[in-house]
Amino acid sequence: MPVSSVISPKSWWRVSAPRGFHQDHSLSQAASRLGFAGLTFESCDLYFVSGCGDEVDAQRLAQSLVSEPFGPQVGVTFVDPDENPATSSELVVEVARRAGVTDRVAFQMQESAARLGLDVRIATGSAHRILGAAHLDDSAVTELVERILCNPVVEIWDRSRVNPGFVPMSSDGAHSRVEIVALRDLDDEQLSQLNRQRGLALDHSEMLVVQQWFTTEGRDPTDAEIETIAQTWSEHCSHKTFTARITTTRGDVVAPLLRQLRDCTQAINAPFVVSAFDGNAGIVRFGGSHALAIKAETHNHPSAVEPFGGANTGVGGVVRDVLAAPAIPVALTDVLCFGPADTRPDQLPRGVLHPEMIREGVVAGVADYGNKIGVPTVAGAVLYDEGYIANPLVFCGCVGRVLRGYEAIGEPRVGDQIVVIGGATGRDGIKGATFSSMTVDASTGSVAGASVQIGDPIVERLVGEVLVDLLDREVPLCTSLTDCGAGGLSSAVGEMAEKLGATIDLTLVERKYPGLAPWEIWLSEAQERMVLGVDPRDVPEVLHRCLARGVKATVIGEFTGTRRLIVQHGSEIVVDMPTDFLFDGRPQREMIADLEPHPTLATTSRHVADHGQMVCQLLAHPNIASKEAVIRRYDHEILGATVIGPMSAPWQTGPSDGVVIVRPEDENGFALGIGVNARYGLYDCRSMAWSAVDEAMRNVVAVGADPSAVALLDNFSWGDPSRPSTLGDLVHAVDGCCAAALAFSAPFVSGKDSLNNEYESDSGVRQSIPPTLVITALAHVPEVDQCVSSTLRTIGSAIVMTGLTNDELRGSHLDLLLGSDHGGLVPQPDTTAPLRYRALYELIQEGKIRSAHDCSEGGLAVALAEYCLTSPLGLNVDIRAVAATDVVALYAESNGRIVLEVDPHLVDEVCARLGLAVVLGSVAEDPDLHCRTHDSQFCVSRAQMLTAWSGTS
Amino acid sequence: MKPTVAILVAPGTNRHHDLAFAFSQADCDHVFIQVTDLPEESKNLSSAQIIAVAGGFSYADALGSGRVFSDELNHRIGGILHARVAAGVPVIGICNGFQMLVRSGLLTGDPESSTTQQQIALAHNDHGNFVCRWVTLAPVSRLSIWTAGLSSNITCPVAHGEGRVMASDKTLTYLRDNDMVALRFVNHDGTPAAGQGPMNPNGSIDDIAGLCDSSGLVLGLMPHPENHVTQRQSRSGSPTGIQGLALNLFKSGVQHVKQS
Repeated sequence: MPVSSVISPKSWWRVSAPRGFHQDHSLSQAASRLGFAGLTFESCDLYFVSGCGDEVDAQRLAQSLVSEPFGPQVGVTFVDPDENPATSSELVVEVARRAGVTDRVAFQMQESAARLGLDVRIATGSAHRILGAAHLDDSAVTELVERILCNPVVEIWDRSRVNPGFVPMSSDGAHSRVEIVALRDLDDEQLSQLNRQRGLALDHSEMLVVQQWFTTEGRDPTDAEIETIAQTWSEHCSHKTFTARITTTRGDVVAPLLRQLRDCTQAINAPFVVSAFDGNAGIVRFGGSHALAIKAETHNHPSAVEPFGGANTGVGGVVRDVLAAPAIPVALTDVLCFGPADTRPDQLPRGVLHPEMIREGVVAGVADYGNKIGVPTVAGAVLYDEGYIANPLVFCGCVGRVLRGYEAIGEPRVGDQIVVIGGATGRDGIKGATFSSMTVDASTGSVAGASVQIGDPIVERLVGEVLVDLLDREVPLCTSLTDCGAGGLSSAVGEMAEKLGATIDLTLVERKYPGLAPWEIWLSEAQERMVLGVDPRDVPEVLHRCLARGVKATVIGEFTGTRRLIVQHGSEIVVDMPTDFLFDGRPQREMIADLEPHPTLATTSRHVADHGQMVCQLLAHPNIASKEAVIRRYDHEILGATVIGPMSAPWQTGPSDGVVIVRPEDENGFALGIGVNARYGLYDCRSMAWSAVDEAMRNVVAVGADPSAVALLDNFSWGDPSRPSTLGDLVHAVDGCCAAALAFSAPFVSGKDSLNNEYESDSGVRQSIPPTLVITALAHVPEVDQCVSSTLRTIGSAIVMTGLTNDELRGSHLDLLLGSDHGGLVPQPDTTAPLRYRALYELIQEGKIRSAHDCSEGGLAVALAEYCLTSPLGLNVDIRAVAATDVVALYAESNGRIVLEVDPHLVDEVCARLGLAVVLGSVAEDPDLHCRTHDSQFCVSRAQMLTAWSGTS
Repeated sequence: MKPTVAILVAPGTNRHHDLAFAFSQADCDHVFIQVTDLPEESKNLSSAQIIAVAGGFSYADALGSGRVFSDELNHRIGGILHARVAAGVPVIGICNGFQMLVRSGLLTGDPESSTTQQQIALAHNDHGNFVCRWVTLAPVSRLSIWTAGLSSNITCPVAHGEGRVMASDKTLTYLRDNDMVALRFVNHDGTPAAGQGPMNPNGSIDDIAGLCDSSGLVLGLMPHPENHVTQRQSRSGSPTGIQGLALNLFKSGVQHVKQS
């Protein structure tokens, strides 16, 4: 961060938190995972205070703001950086947050200090005593500190005493620094060099178009113009791959992927779709209920380098998408993919954080944002695979209730004022859109620092409350709105101005601190901001309502009708381009896809010696094992609408399938289900996509949602699509998505792709993630009281499975545990599923099903074991009618299967109406899983299953 | 006539709509009062028959949960809560609202104690994490107007990171002797949680889930009874649901002001 915006004071006060130094075992564990054994950590939170006159004031501040009734006396010390710190035989490290990174605590302390009449600047940090570290050399200490105590992306550190930076509070006028980027005379090599140096992430053909355009204009671009083009044309903002012209290696042409998904939605022509693939979120209206907005986003690259901030702002970003619908958020989802927890430090590529560090930060980041903004985090998944070590994936989803002004919101009109509301603008998150479109390498963490931010959910909550004020009315107080996401104002204002043009004055933008260059203000991805188009007559009312909620709001320009985007900094022109060029000037990308199927492998025999033991091993696999430790950290009950939550009611001991959200004052609501299985994608992406759709459908059908009222989201996280085989996988996956959507009559309403999730090692070897498709199903629940859960209810009930079990074990969790690929097929599309789900829905509505549990990872064996964990009851089953061999019957992950608990008197009717169903056995009082097999029989006790699944003894 | 509850809201409060719904189910109107609108809006606060402080993360929990909320209220309209309680108005603070009432000195141990130190604190949960789960609460105080009429245990979710009640032995004895322990965490079968997680979800001393003041008018509790006021919220009408509707807690408060 340039010196101009940071004050380095001559001295400061250092206040230690009331808890003082306390031993932190989690740090010792983290260190030993990195290979640093035998270290003990004692940590203490710190507050750095600059501008306090004397010790009396410093003590007053510490006593009034920091001290706690049951804590020891808080320590207040004066720090003069010119004096040498006291030497100590032990290793002491201090960490401080970088100046300018969002710090709500420091902000609140400054406000409270002002109450005490103290005009001070505050930074937060921590101190750590590391005992037993005498033998570590400097580089070892650096590695230790930067891997577990501090993330240099957002923090600074030093031995003994850190020199914290303070952001000045007053905002004097920034000095304009518009640079001209000499572009016209560059040759191909120089053009590529410029592309790399500025991190523009443009294709060479696009660079040529930009050069040509400015040559015709007879001038070179400004820095802001070239950055605006790079953001607008980034993969993140313009979906170059999903709109590309694709030719196969055989010369056939494939329709652009986004068009295939849109066409599929149109072909389904579902009556409940209000808006699909348009605007910030998909919008559906089921029955007579409120319309719902739904969206899911990825925040993979930021989460790789700053897990807490990356995941935190991932939630914040998708919430803003839903706010912009406009809707008020009512539920959040998160799907997380990490490297294995037991990854050895020497397996980590250079510059990559340990998966456990990433997981801890990501979960804390999701929890922090969701819990504080007050929206329940209700559904999700956590997956582990070596392919995610360098590229963890964070999918954040949000459902919102559409506000009444929705119908009247659309495009801005000529003369409408451009109003920015919410957070102030700083140097945070500069160039996130281009960053997220690049491949990760060892330097990514350190160079991408400015690309990552920490969120402030309280500000976003207030922004949401203001939007309800402005828009939950027949005549809304704005004509148009969008959120500030990737690309900041450049992409938010740019998109809104696409058809009209706009003029903006950047000096009017509220800034966090002085010293920002104009292009930085324009590109900043500072969080919690929305852009509104407001009729000039309504501006005073809008500003007034924002002020009343404590939300900043400023007019920064207007929509003009000239179809030019003109950005000024005072009188200086920063950007002056026609919107046609910006939005239609990008050449369509030409790409090549290799559609040759992956090599098949004949099935070799899978041998399981002890089924009871295998059931427990599967239950203990991190993908299948209990996610309770994560789920409990999310508030999934706020709003009082979580009728079926992520853990099975009432004992909360087993997993749920879908979740059901119904407001306490309503009869009807919605269910959410999630499907993901990247392992199938290693062999057959088309079947993987179908399977993901089927799984998401199973989840919602199993709780009693209406299968004829389901909307889907697609979220693709993929490798580098310029490799024809990787693009081929993507083409197959989109094909599978469309085929499944048509079969289930479940249209896609929104989607998002995150590409280039690859790591390039020092030797140039590229490691891609497994092709990962997350499908989210949003389904109508017409009558909440008819819903069923996955909790076994009644001793003596019959256990029935609907669906066909085939020899489909490739990519299965059994193969994962057996440790090798035994060939054969991954689960194939089951075209009988839609009709059977319909029949099951009707049976549930008639009250003929007592409970239901879907059959997914780990096959029937895991489904039965999980079923036992939901209640104090057990199961007595015979699986011989399921398939010809025990291995197939127990572990195949075939699609279209749901296990049901049925009144014994109704078994014949239920089986007849489902068509494809097999009776497995009954619910037993004794809490074990007894299973008769072809070869013999096995029994696993509840205690064994619970121990394996929950990882406790 | 329907009484009105004034629900105090600060930036970061997020369960006020849930709380308003709970009071509506107990036949009570509500008005939200933003602390940032005080003292201008103080009339609504003074005229309400009940005052409630809703849960959430007021001021992002900076400097300790409930602390800035309490300071802010005190700065803007000092002593109002004490004055309203003295005038006989019941007050309930849930989760962050409980934390705020403790910070404000409305829920303390021995009011006669000479110490100026806060006698009760709500510390970080013993396991160090935020926790959300359904718990069972035994109403134990006959002094509290909120719990005295409750004849059976209630169930509802907890959702907090700083809910562990801490008090000195002396204060704890005082609280017990004076019937000021209002609610305790118990196992689903009603037996004492005995300090054990997960049924005592935060490590609170003596399984304390809620406390009342010496007048019985003020109740502070960490769990969220406002999220279990209809059977549907826990599917308590269904065979696999949770029993123990918490609606009667709110009805007790409303009944108290209707009678007086």
